[in-house]
Amino acid sequence: MYSKRSRQRIIVNNMVSVIMFVLSMSSIVILAVIIGSIFSQGLSRVTWDFLTGFPSRKPDESGILPALVGSLIVVGGALLMALPIGLATAFYLQEFAHKRVFVETIQTLIYNLAGVPSIVYGIFGSAFFVATLKVIFENLHMTITTGRVLLAGILTMSILILPIIVVTTQEAIKTVPRNLKEASYALGASRVQTTGKITARFAFPNILTGLILSIARILGETAPLLLVGAAGFITFLPTNLFGSFTVLPVQIYSWIMRPQEAFQTTAAAGIIVLLLTQLLLSGIAIILRAVLQKRRY
Amino acid sequence: MDYVYEIGNLNLRYYQIQALRQVSLNIGKNQVTALIGPSGCGKTSLLRTLNRLSDFIPGIHIEGLIKLNGEDIFADKTDVIDIRRRVGMVFQKPNPFPMSIFDNVAYGPRCHGIKNKKMLNDIVVESLRRAALYDEVKDRLNRSALELSGGQQQRLCIARALAMKPEVLLMDEPTSALDPIATAKIEELIKELKKDYTIVIVTHSMQQAARISDITAFFLMGELIEVGPTKEFFATPSDPRTENYITGRFG
Repeated sequence: MYSKRSRQRIIVNNMVSVIMFVLSMSSIVILAVIIGSIFSQGLSRVTWDFLTGFPSRKPDESGILPALVGSLIVVGGALLMALPIGLATAFYLQEFAHKRVFVETIQTLIYNLAGVPSIVYGIFGSAFFVATLKVIFENLHMTITTGRVLLAGILTMSILILPIIVVTTQEAIKTVPRNLKEASYALGASRVQTTGKITARFAFPNILTGLILSIARILGETAPLLLVGAAGFITFLPTNLFGSFTVLPVQIYSWIMRPQEAFQTTAAAGIIVLLLTQLLLSGIAIILRAVLQKRRY
Repeated sequence: MDYVYEIGNLNLRYYQIQALRQVSLNIGKNQVTALIGPSGCGKTSLLRTLNRLSDFIPGIHIEGLIKLNGEDIFADKTDVIDIRRRVGMVFQKPNPFPMSIFDNVAYGPRCHGIKNKKMLNDIVVESLRRAALYDEVKDRLNRSALELSGGQQQRLCIARALAMKPEVLLMDEPTSALDPIATAKIEELIKELKKDYTIVIVTHSMQQAARISDITAFFLMGELIEVGPTKEFFATPSDPRTENYITGRFG
C-alpha cells in the first residue's frame, strides 16, 4: 500500500516527466518541420551538376561550387589563423601566466569579445582588414583595386572565432584533474612537460568540442562576410587569397532575394548543401574526439 | 645519525593564515617518520613543502630552512625540478595517469630523457617489483592503470615514484582511501621499503603511526609539539597535549 503522501509524490513525478518530455519534443518537432520542408522543396535539385556548377541567371542551371569551395577555404583559413593563437592564449592564461590582475583583465576582455554580435566583427573587418589590404595592394602596385577579397573574409572570421576557441579551450583545460598535474610535477616533470603530456593530452577531446562550435559558427555566418565583400554572383573558383569570393550562406541569401519563384528551390538546395557540409565537418571532429577519448583509457 | 632532511625554524603562511610556526625537525635516513595531528595542524603543508609542491599554492609565504641531504631547497641556485626528482611523493587518493600501467611507471624516467626501451623496461619491472605489484600485473602492463583496484593503483603510484630512484619518499595519508586489506598491504610494503628508502608519512591513524613508524612527530595548530621514537612517544609522551591527543581526548 502506498501512503497518501507517496501517492502524491508519484503523481507530481509523472506530471513533471510528461511536461518535460512535451517541451523537449517541441524543439525537435520544430527542427524536423524546418528540415522536412527544406528537403521536400530542394532535395531533387541537389544533383552532381548542382554541386559542381556555377551560378547562372537561369535558376535550373545554377550551381553552388564557388560558394562551397569559398566556405571550405574560409573555414580552413580561419581555423589555421585562429587555432594557434587561440590555443596559445588559452594555455598561457590557464597554465603559465602568474599576474592575477593581468589574467583577469584579459579574461574579461575575451568573455566580452565572445558576446559581441557578429555584425560588429563585419564592420571591424571592413574598416580594418579591407581598408588595410587595399592600401597594401596599392603600395605593391598590384592590379587588385579592392580589399574586399577572400583574405579579408578569412581574417574577419578568424578574429570572430578566436574568443570561442580561447574560452572553450580554457574550459577544457579546467577539466583536467589537479591531482594528475600534481603527480606529474611531483615526479620532477617541468611545466612544459606537464602541460604537454598531461594537460593538453587530456584536454584535447574537449578542445575539439570548441573546434566543432567554431566550424559551425564560420559556416553559418552571413552578415560579417557580406560586409567584407562576399558576393552573390561569382562564376569562378578562387585561385588565390586576393580575389573576390562567396560563401554558402551569402549565396543562399542572394538566391532567396531573386524575384523568380524557381530560385527558391535553388536556395533550398543550397541550404541542404550547407547543412550537409556542416554535418560532415562536425562529424569528422566528433569521430576524432570519440577515437581520442577511447585512447585515453 | 645521517639526516635526509634538516628543517630549521620553518614558518609557512597562506595569505594571513599561519600554517606552520617555527618548526624544526630532522628526518633520519632509512627511517619511517610519521607526522600526526588533527586536521588543519599543518602536517600536509609541511609534506608539500618538502618537495616544493607548495610553490603552486597561491598566497603562500615560506621562511626558514629546509636542507635535503645538505642542499638548501629554497636557495636561488637550487633547481626545483631536480629536488622533485630526488623526492618521491604518494598522494592521499591514488592518482594514476589515465595511461597504461607501463607508461605510468615510465612517466618520470621519460620526462628526464630516458628513451632506451630496454632501460625503461628494466626500470618499470624493478619499480613494480619493489612496490610488490609486479606479480599481479606482469601480463597486462599495457592495460589501463584505471582497471586496477584502489589498493593496486596506490601501489602503482608508489612504483611510479620509485622509478625515479628517489632519496626520500613522501606519503600523504596513502591509505585513507583504501579498505583494511589494501591498507595492510601498503603498510607491509612501507616496512619493506624502509630498508632502502627514507619515508615521511602523514597519517590520521595513530594506530598506523604506531605500527609502521620509527619516529613520530605530533603537530598542533602549526606547531611541532613533540617528536621522538615511536615506542616511547606513545608509551610515555612528555607533553600533556600529546597525551591528550593520543588518548583520544580531542582531535
